[in-house]
This record gives sequence, C-alpha cells and structure tokens, in this order.
Amino acid sequence: MAAVVVFCESDEKGIRSASLPALTAGAELAKQQGGDVVAVVIGAGVAAAAADAAKYAARVLAYDGPGLAAPLAETWAPQLADAVKRAGAGALLGTATSTGKDLLPRASALLGAGMASDITAVLAANRFRRPAYAGNALEEVTVAGPVVVASVRQTAFPPPAAGGPGAIETVAVGNVDALGAELVGLHATQSARPDLSDAKVVVSGGRGMREGANFKVLEELTDLLGGALGASRAACDAGMVPNDLQVGQTGKVVAPQLYIAVAISGAIQHLAGMKGSKVIVAINKDPEAPIFQIADYGLVDTWEKSIPPLCAAVKKLKAGG
Amino acid sequence: MKILVTCKRVPNPEHRLKIAGGKLDLAAASWQLNTFDEYAVETALRLTEKGKGGERSGEVVAVSIGPKDVGQQLRGVLAMGADRAILVGGDDGALDALATARVLAAVVAKEKPDLVVLGKQTVDGDSNQVGQILAGLLGWPQATFLASIKLSSDGKSAVVTREVDAGVEEKRVRLPAVVTVDLRIISKKAVRNEALAGPEAEWEETQRYASLKGIMAAKKKEIKDVTLAELGVDAKPAMTVDAYEAPPVRKAGAKVGSVDELVQKLHNEAKVI
Repeated sequence: MAAVVVFCESDEKGIRSASLPALTAGAELAKQQGGDVVAVVIGAGVAAAAADAAKYAARVLAYDGPGLAAPLAETWAPQLADAVKRAGAGALLGTATSTGKDLLPRASALLGAGMASDITAVLAANRFRRPAYAGNALEEVTVAGPVVVASVRQTAFPPPAAGGPGAIETVAVGNVDALGAELVGLHATQSARPDLSDAKVVVSGGRGMREGANFKVLEELTDLLGGALGASRAACDAGMVPNDLQVGQTGKVVAPQLYIAVAISGAIQHLAGMKGSKVIVAINKDPEAPIFQIADYGLVDTWEKSIPPLCAAVKKLKAGG
Repeated sequence: MKILVTCKRVPNPEHRLKIAGGKLDLAAASWQLNTFDEYAVETALRLTEKGKGGERSGEVVAVSIGPKDVGQQLRGVLAMGADRAILVGGDDGALDALATARVLAAVVAKEKPDLVVLGKQTVDGDSNQVGQILAGLLGWPQATFLASIKLSSDGKSAVVTREVDAGVEEKRVRLPAVVTVDLRIISKKAVRNEALAGPEAEWEETQRYASLKGIMAAKKKEIKDVTLAELGVDAKPAMTVDAYEAPPVRKAGAKVGSVDELVQKLHNEAKVI
C-alpha cells in the first residue's frame, strides 16, 4: 500500500489544466500501488489551488509560504521530496511541462530515486511506456524502487473526473534556502489563443514561411479555427517566431483534433511532436516532402497561394455558407 | 573561470532505428555528438572568450562517459577549442540519468568547476534529466533550457533567460551552478562573460566547427581516461529499458486537388471544422 504523490501546478484560481493528465496517470498508478492519490500544490497563498486539487485526490498537501512564491526548482524540489516522505508514497508524478521538467528530476535526486520521463502509459506499479529517439522507439521501462518518479506526457492521458473532496493539509513553510537562485522576471508571451498543448486545432508553419512577418496569414487561419499557432524547429531556429511555439521532440508535444502543417517538410524531430494528432493536414509545395507520408489530407501548393483562399473558405463555412 | 561541459555521443538521429524482437540494435550505428551538447561546448567556449576569435581566459574541460570509441567525439570537442577532456569508461547504453549524474557529480568533486554546462537533453534517450539531477545531488542552483547567459564581471553569479512554456523567464543563479542549454543559446549575442567581453561582443549564429588549426592542436591535448572505480561511483541504473518497440505506423491519406476540396473533406468527412 503506497500512495502516489502528484505535483499540481497552480495559479491564483486553481490548478492548471496541464496538471490534470498527471492526476489521471496518478490514479492509474495508485491502483497498481494499492494506495491513494496525494496531490501537492506549492506556492505563496495556495488555498484556492488546494481546494481545486481536492476534487481529484483523496488527500492534498498544500505547501504554503512566502518563500515559495517563485517557482524555483531549488526551493520547490525539497517540498516534493518532503511530500513523498510525509505521505509514505511509492511514487512521484507530474506533467512534463517546462516546470515539471525542471523540477521533477531535481526532486528525484533528493529522493535518490530513478525517473522515467514523458511516460505515455502505466504498465505496472513501477513499469511505464515512454517514447525515445524522437518517438521512433517506444520503451518499456522499469524504475527500481522504493520510490519511482515519472513525468507524464500531457497528451497521453485524459483529464480525470472530479470526485468527492479530499482532505487538505496545509504545511506552513517558513524559511527556505534558494541556494542563491532568484527569479528575476517572466516575459510572458501575450496571446489570447489557447495553449498549444491543449488546443483543439494547431496551425504550424515551417522554414518555407521564410520570415516572421509571413506568419500573419497563419495567425489569421489559426484564429478563424480557434486554434493555437505552432512552428517547426527550423522556423524557430531561423528566429521567425519565438521558441515557445516550437512543436517537436525538443519543443512541445501536441495532439489536437486537427493539425495543419504549412510549409513544413516533416523532419523526424517535428513529427515526434505532432504525429499523435487526430487529423493531420499538410500543405507543402514539394510533393515529395516527408510530411505527406503521415498526413491524412495533403495539398501540394505554396502557402502564398493556398492559405488566403483557405481562410476565405473557412470564413464562408463558419458563416453557414 | 573553469567550466565543465558534458558530451554524449548519440546515434545519428537521421538514420532509421533497427528494432526487432524487443531489442534496439545499435551495432551499425554511426555516432555523433549530441547536438545540444555541441551547443553546450559552444556556450562554454564563448564564456572564456573576449569575442569571436578574441583572446581566451579560463579553462573548458569536456567530460563524457562511454567506451574508448567516444574518444573520437571528444577529440572533435577539443578541436572546437576545449582545453582537455575526461573520458569515464562505462557502458553509456546502460546508464540512466541518475547513474550518469552520480558519475558527473564525482567528476565535479575532483575538478571543482565554477560552472557545469550541459545540453538540455540527449536526442536518443530524450529524458531531459541529467543537469537537474546533478544540481540536486550537488546542492547547487540550476538553470535549465537556457536561451542566454551572462556571467557577472566578478565571476560570482550568472543571469540567464530560460525558455519556458509561458514565454521567457529570467533567473539569477549564484556560482557554482549547473546550467542546461536550449537551441537559442547559439544566437550571436546569447552568451557573454562580462569579465571578458563587452556588450558589443558577438559570435557566429551557429556552433563553431573545428578548423584545421584546431584539429592539429587537438592532437596534442589530453583525453584522460578515468574508471568508475577510481571515481568511487556505483553506476547501477535505477531505470532500465526492458523492451523496445517501433511506434505504430501512421498511414498516409490522400492528396486533395484544391483548397475547396480540402475544406469540404475536413468538414464532411473528418468533421473537424
């Protein structure tokens, strides 16, 4: 009987939707481990987040203290390690967001525990499936106990159903040692669009867009479809768009209902980030582009000639014509 | 300023993987340096330079874990400009991130660098763990997924920008620290040591390639062989891979002849718009 600790990211309103898949994976693992899900929220003033997390877990540990306001791995990882000990847990999970990727391995070091990254399935109490080699191999891995740590691929698990409220314990955290680390600031990308990782529609542009200004037409299409804008690594590398739009092995992994790849050739590392999409559309002027090998619908054309009429056709459709 | 930079070999990511009977066959793999580690080497070198092609101050030590063959990749790193290298003998295919980090922590204890620079992930294991675990084991601050780094003129801290889901985060860390680099780190002005280089300093918008002179110089540089026993590290992995399988193949669909046909199919057939 061992509990499963699930780290939940939060803001002032509640837990972030990105953390919901980790709670689902946590519930699956808790069944295998024969224990309960213990959700953990961390920050300065996390009462709302704790109440939200209690919808999905038997128990919530809320680490609250002024020194925890900034999401620093140096101060947050010790709280996760404490939660595992406090709950007598056999596992620690969290979603593989940029925060999760930064924090969970550090917590695993503090616990002396092995870790599996980016798991897509729970096979047993300490066995998981995970992609490696840019998604070209699926590994079945065993993490030797007594504690196993894993980050969860956001697109691989659905959000959990809300249940009866779990018990909330607040752990008041006094002085914390940030080891000389300090958050200076966050330059947040301003966007009214949904998050890439949970958008229903993603429109991505590649090297063939040539320059950042040309992404305007893709933005129009994105907004008509209510989606999120993405890009290939080549487009990010070339500085056309910010790197936080990158879809792929080394960027974000997406699995929307509809993925539209525009002027993207389909390098292995890009496919790793989007081939789980339900429907894939590829628009590329090169009929031999590898992206067509995995696309449900392919259109051989330039973006200049195809995207404006595509916008017009979508507009017409949405208007009921 | 002494900088330790990690270098892992990976099978060429463009080549098709051979997976059969639950096993991954890398016998015929062609090995190369992990791209993000190349960026890490470039970062470390820039932190010891006044600018492109300028004078250097400080030491860059490359470390890898693996069989003798990895000497080839390390020689390449020395040709880029690293001062010396350490090769810890071991089975790089069997180590997990925790064991790798334990080995690196032991190397750090011997070398006492001011900064450890790693690639944010290797493109074979894709785990993205080693830097964070190393920082945790050492009790050092960490800064992951760097888009830029500026070392303070007193050499006691660094201000970095990090690529995070919400945008770009700015963080300050005291040295010694562990940092991992993302792809933007090779931009012209992304890396600077204020003790050496002024704000005007810039480099090529890419990692450097070995020059002929660099290759000649590398022949005289040291690659020190170290054993796990000498480091006193138990490199038993906590995570092991039991089986590999190829992912399900996604079949190509059909080409459409026009934008109108595409929209009709997405609406009527796929029902996604």
